[in-house]
Amino acid sequence: MKPRQQRMLAVGLAVAGIAVAAALSLRAFEESMMFFVEISEVEKGNYPADRNFRVGGLVVDGSVRRNPGELEVAFDLTDLESELTVTYSGILPDLFREGQGIIAHGRLNEDGVFVADEVLAKHDENYMPPEVAESLARHAEAKEAAMEAEQQ
Amino acid sequence: MWRFVTPLVLFGLLVAVFVKGLDPERNLNELPSPFVGKTAPTFDLPGLKDPSTRVGTALYEGETALINVWATWCVGCRQEHDFLLQLSREDVVPIVGINWRDNRDEALRWLAQLGDPYVASGYDGDGRVGIDWGVYGAPETFLVGRDGTVLHKHLGPLDRRIWEEDFMPLIDADGRGGK
Amino acid sequence: MIPEIGHFALILALALAICQAAWPLVGAQRGDAAMMAVARPAAIGQFVFVGVAFACLTWSFLESDFSVLYVANHSQLALPTMYKISAVWGAHEGSLVLWILLLALWTVLVCRFSGELPQPFAARVIGVLGLLSVGFLLFTLLTSNPFERLIPAPPDGADLNPLLQDPGLAIHPPLLYTGYVGFSVAFAFAIAAMLSGNLDQNWARWTRPWTTWAWLFLTVGIALGSWWAYYELGWGGWWFWDPVENASFMPWLAGTALIHSLAVTEKRGLFKSWTLLLAIAAFSLSLLGTFLLRSGILISVHAFAVDPERGLFILAFLTVVIGGALGLYAWRAPALDSAAGFRPLSRETFLLLNNVLLVIATTLILGGTLAPLFVELFTGGKISVGPPYFDVAFAIPMLPLVFLIGVGMHTVWRSQPPGTLSKTLKYPALVAVVLGIVIPLFIYGSGSVLLVVGVISAIWIMAASLVHPIRSWRRAEGSTRITRGVLGMSIAHFGVGLFVLGVAIVSSFSIEADRSMRPGESIDVAGFSFELRGLQNVQGPNYQAIEGEVDVRRNGEFVTQLRPQKRTYLVQQSPMTEAGIDAGWNRDLFVALGDPLGDGAWSVRVQYKPLIRFIWLGAFIMAIGGIVAASDRRYRLTAPVREAQRKLAGEPA
Repeated sequence: MKPRQQRMLAVGLAVAGIAVAAALSLRAFEESMMFFVEISEVEKGNYPADRNFRVGGLVVDGSVRRNPGELEVAFDLTDLESELTVTYSGILPDLFREGQGIIAHGRLNEDGVFVADEVLAKHDENYMPPEVAESLARHAEAKEAAMEAEQQ
Repeated sequence: MWRFVTPLVLFGLLVAVFVKGLDPERNLNELPSPFVGKTAPTFDLPGLKDPSTRVGTALYEGETALINVWATWCVGCRQEHDFLLQLSREDVVPIVGINWRDNRDEALRWLAQLGDPYVASGYDGDGRVGIDWGVYGAPETFLVGRDGTVLHKHLGPLDRRIWEEDFMPLIDADGRGGK
Repeated sequence: MIPEIGHFALILALALAICQAAWPLVGAQRGDAAMMAVARPAAIGQFVFVGVAFACLTWSFLESDFSVLYVANHSQLALPTMYKISAVWGAHEGSLVLWILLLALWTVLVCRFSGELPQPFAARVIGVLGLLSVGFLLFTLLTSNPFERLIPAPPDGADLNPLLQDPGLAIHPPLLYTGYVGFSVAFAFAIAAMLSGNLDQNWARWTRPWTTWAWLFLTVGIALGSWWAYYELGWGGWWFWDPVENASFMPWLAGTALIHSLAVTEKRGLFKSWTLLLAIAAFSLSLLGTFLLRSGILISVHAFAVDPERGLFILAFLTVVIGGALGLYAWRAPALDSAAGFRPLSRETFLLLNNVLLVIATTLILGGTLAPLFVELFTGGKISVGPPYFDVAFAIPMLPLVFLIGVGMHTVWRSQPPGTLSKTLKYPALVAVVLGIVIPLFIYGSGSVLLVVGVISAIWIMAASLVHPIRSWRRAEGSTRITRGVLGMSIAHFGVGLFVLGVAIVSSFSIEADRSMRPGESIDVAGFSFELRGLQNVQGPNYQAIEGEVDVRRNGEFVTQLRPQKRTYLVQQSPMTEAGIDAGWNRDLFVALGDPLGDGAWSVRVQYKPLIRFIWLGAFIMAIGGIVAASDRRYRLTAPVREAQRKLAGEPA
């Protein structure tokens, strides 16, 4: 082969390969991408209904409940403005505890309960997942504003 | 020719995105506290030294006060402790402690060993009050004005420079608190 | 005092690094031999002072000097000595010092083994490495001083993150960094070649062994990290496509492509500009990973602490280094067209395909890793990209690649006659198809199409890898002794086959059960019965633990006892899961304790992982292949042997 043909072959192969790879991986991307939805938005109904999404917030104190001896657990998550009940069947991460910022993957059922298939906590005690921190900051502010409005 | 320049161009675009991504507004440390300028949340905790007493908002009503969130497991708290002791000796504003997600015995031992800069410390073992105050991690320090609004919030250990630059002007403006 | 000595040593190292960069680079440009001669002594001096700084930091840890902030934050009196040492690189500041030390070490090795290189070329290589040292030393000194004092000292430290208190993780970062940093040598060779404008095949021959060594360290480092995640993160996964993992995997993929494309450039003088670009890319991706993890720009469950100032510094450094390299590339590479041709059926074609596929894989992983950042910046939405994307995106280019490996190994340069090829590959293909169907269906009892394809490709690579060694062995007395290069390639590809087999079987036949168990209860998983006998308290050096006693039986016959622990580390009061694992060549039995569920019950995860060891074994065998190939005589002659011969002969080197 002459260099020109070589280059044509190389470019042709690359383009074909990239086209196939791009098509297949875009589909996979579409399917495995999850939006982070703030709890207050979930409450307002602004969440993807037919696919998994992520929520994050603080585990409300005293809200972790389970029937003794059963794996199924329920707890409430808050962004300091609204709350959301989460159920999960499985083993919680080591650093899951009340008051801790966590993230859950799953979807909302008809009763407005978030059924999680994965619960994540940061591997470091003093660290809050950034999405959670940001969401908390925003909603704590919103709540303050609402309370002030009530007082006036 | 263009194909040899392509990598450089792509890299340039990537750098532009990274510069935007490093925007401090995306960063946790730079987040403005939602409480600054707002009424501080009230709290009422059992005292650290004597659980039958109450430590809370009532302690500093009508005064400028410093609310310091601390724990024995946090190195930053150890770092700022000596400065807090100095502050308490200077008696500028009362310092109220919130002992956050800690072990009571260890906390008492810590104060006995290192000295106690606090007017009083409330024991928040389960971190409930920490949530009300939007605490991300210890140490955190809130400056609360005479009218009960949060004047300033500082993440991380305090030192003289931060104190003089960020806290003192606000305290002066608030009328130096003391009755 | 000791920490101040360390700090001062870093400053002196910076001064020497500046000399190591400036004099040789300028000297090489001017053809000034005296200036170029500064390169080696300056590099050795830099290494000595960085070594002193590293030793001072280690000493501070061993002596538990909590007046050093970094030590106070990451150590504790009761921390076992081994972890006091590994705590040195357990967090940002110290790991950076380790990085600098390894960079200096690679540089010294380059000085030692570059006697044969023309002086201007060697000076440029060492000068470019010096520039990189300057960048990292400045980074440490300006933003991340590990010797910062905390006065007065606290009585005890905050302890090392319990996750890092593990032998696997103690040695994982040094190996990984050795790999990352090693690519800087290939990078420096590429820059030096472009600066001199002289890109002959010698350049590729000099670069090859260095690249192979860097690559094999990275391979072992990544495998250890995966192994660590498997048993220490507690839940039995071996790869999570976390940004941290991707950051190490992308340079590995680019490095793998580089090794193959260097072969073409060395042997045939082809793909010159492409090889240069890959050498830049492999190192750039290492830097990019560092940037992503240490700037907090990407969210990961185990990223370093966030600091925007550091992020800005690394970004500036990244821009100068990578931007400069790519600029130089845009300027110099167009002159590198080669006239040699090759036929479609030839080794060149297969290596080209290898490169295209590996680069596609790298790009798709990079895309998935950066997607959350792009989406947030352009739409404001926050997304995460889950492992299913990466699984698919990685499998797409890899499936064709694993089939092509088997053929590519047996093609010759320029033009391959199809007849001999099919004769050679007849038996491996037959073995692959037969075993690929037999193993899933008869040993494991089922098989999807994808699984059968996976097993066939795994066996195919392994069988094809054995052809060269078997031939060589059968005519051991004959003239066609196998070269180390070919043997290394065969071994490494055999490792790829083992790895693929492990992945295919683990992902199809793993069994995982989360249950609530009380003492005395048992569950059956994969024909094994796991009985929770009881729980007891155990005291460790710096933790307390609850230990479960799990008896495993098969058909009533005792197999082993597993002792999973739930630890609580005393200083940070953080809980940790320590899984109980029974490792066998063909399967792992895995038990982890979750939480007490009340009523005497515990949540327990039980797993059966067939052939999971093949995944890491495969990676280690790839690395062994790398060692064998890098020790080929062809390269050894360029290194100390020839230098020693010269010395013996009394010639000037």
